[in-house]
Amino acid sequence: MSDPATIDEVCAVAMAEAFRGDGEILCNPIGTTPIIGGRLARATFEPDMVMTDAVSVLAANVLPVGDDEAPRLVEAWMPYRDVFDIVWSGRRHVVMGASQIDAHGNQNLAAIGDWRQPKAQLLGLRGAPGNLVNHATSYWVPNHSTRSFVPTVDVVSGPGYDRVAGLSRFIRDNHGIRRVVSNLGVFDFANDEQRMQLVSVHPGVTVDEVVDATGFELVVPDEVAESRQPTDEELRLIREVIDPHGLRKAEFR
Amino acid sequence: MVAELESGMTIGIGGWGSRRKPMSLVRAIARSDLTDLTIVAYGGPDIGLLCATGKARKVVYGFVSLDSIPLEPHFRVARQTAAVDFAEFDEGAFYLGLLAAAHRVPFYPTRAGLGSDMLTMNPDLRTVASPYPDADGHHEELVAIPAFDIDVSLVHMNRADAGGNGQFLGPDLYFDDLFAKAAKRTFMSCEKVVPTGHLLDEGTFHTLKIPRLFVDGVVEAPRGAHFTECPPDYGRDEAFQREYAATAKDPEAWAAFRECYVDAPGHEAYLAAVDAREGSSS
Repeated sequence: MSDPATIDEVCAVAMAEAFRGDGEILCNPIGTTPIIGGRLARATFEPDMVMTDAVSVLAANVLPVGDDEAPRLVEAWMPYRDVFDIVWSGRRHVVMGASQIDAHGNQNLAAIGDWRQPKAQLLGLRGAPGNLVNHATSYWVPNHSTRSFVPTVDVVSGPGYDRVAGLSRFIRDNHGIRRVVSNLGVFDFANDEQRMQLVSVHPGVTVDEVVDATGFELVVPDEVAESRQPTDEELRLIREVIDPHGLRKAEFR
Repeated sequence: MVAELESGMTIGIGGWGSRRKPMSLVRAIARSDLTDLTIVAYGGPDIGLLCATGKARKVVYGFVSLDSIPLEPHFRVARQTAAVDFAEFDEGAFYLGLLAAAHRVPFYPTRAGLGSDMLTMNPDLRTVASPYPDADGHHEELVAIPAFDIDVSLVHMNRADAGGNGQFLGPDLYFDDLFAKAAKRTFMSCEKVVPTGHLLDEGTFHTLKIPRLFVDGVVEAPRGAHFTECPPDYGRDEAFQREYAATAKDPEAWAAFRECYVDAPGHEAYLAAVDAREGSSS
């Protein structure tokens, strides 16, 4: 038996689960825990997904996270420009971070305060506006609090369900926030109001703790599951193959 | 080359983040008397440096990053002090602004920006209805990304010939070909000028993506992208980049950095200063 899973490993598996059922698309997680989750999903239950090496090729082998020297089994050249052809084709599922996220799934990566002269300039809109109106998106928020899960985001980088409700059929059909994974639990929007709801709490976390750490009214079903534990094989892949140096721990300090 | 530029111009800069940026040309602008420039780039230290030296009046970008340092710290200061005007685009929408300019059409349509604050932050952006009905008979509303009106583009290549045929030998051309095609004039620095007959010595013809048709001048600048990466010739000088980044929080350190490196009189003097710095491994 492996040592019991730690919170970072539970989160990596919760992130991997975001990709279940995706099939042959570009799995494009951004950030350490999402990348581990994506590579884990492909190494186990979603073998048809393609993934970049985080530089400029699609690599068919399972790469250790953060290792620029690991041999790549190259299956295609993927310079930065070509990623947009995939974005616009719809055959992509991205995982982005969110400095702020609200009940409708609006994401802010851009700025805190007034965008004209922000109190804090963040990464910017980046590719979020185009991603959200073209293909599946999930979010990773490693610091769940009332500062990150907020009633209203300061800037909308990636539009949520309320923002796309009045847009074209194409956009409504292609927009979808599959899940939000935080250090406390897993969330989705699978209800009639398309508002964020609690799907599961991570081991050792209570529903009340999640509610208290959330700055808006979270939809809480009567039954809330516990996020699933990694299997022994998943733990082996995470610890020995995908993240042998434990880079995943850094997001939980 | 920089003598060909004028205050008030819009300058496109190739490369991407902290990758293969024409830094010797950027420093030449920083040392010049030029003012009120508009800079268009997938930004890295080019935008940071031209903000910190007061050369940029406006920056137009898809992002501004140093890669290993996710947000360019001098750009952060410029935004938080409202020192520059700015136009921030979705990364893919920015590509379409370059493409429209290269193709000499007024705009390209995209869905990127609908529903997000990209339209709020760019009040001059307009939408356009598709002239073609969709399956439901609706004429879909799309964002019209205007062609970027670029006076001069600057790019850095691994190799070039004297006529301006440019060669990239690394894993990604980024948008350098589009910058060259989008601008009225383009100047190219390169690691090494080689005879045309030697252009295929180090790469296949697939690496010859910028023909001299689109290039108005070439200058040899070995390590001309330093401290950004320029593979396979060299990687990023991370230690130097960290030193540069740290100066954004310390006016005295910035003044010293500027005097030593930015104001170094010419590219050779810059390289000498880089090589002389404490702890330099080169």
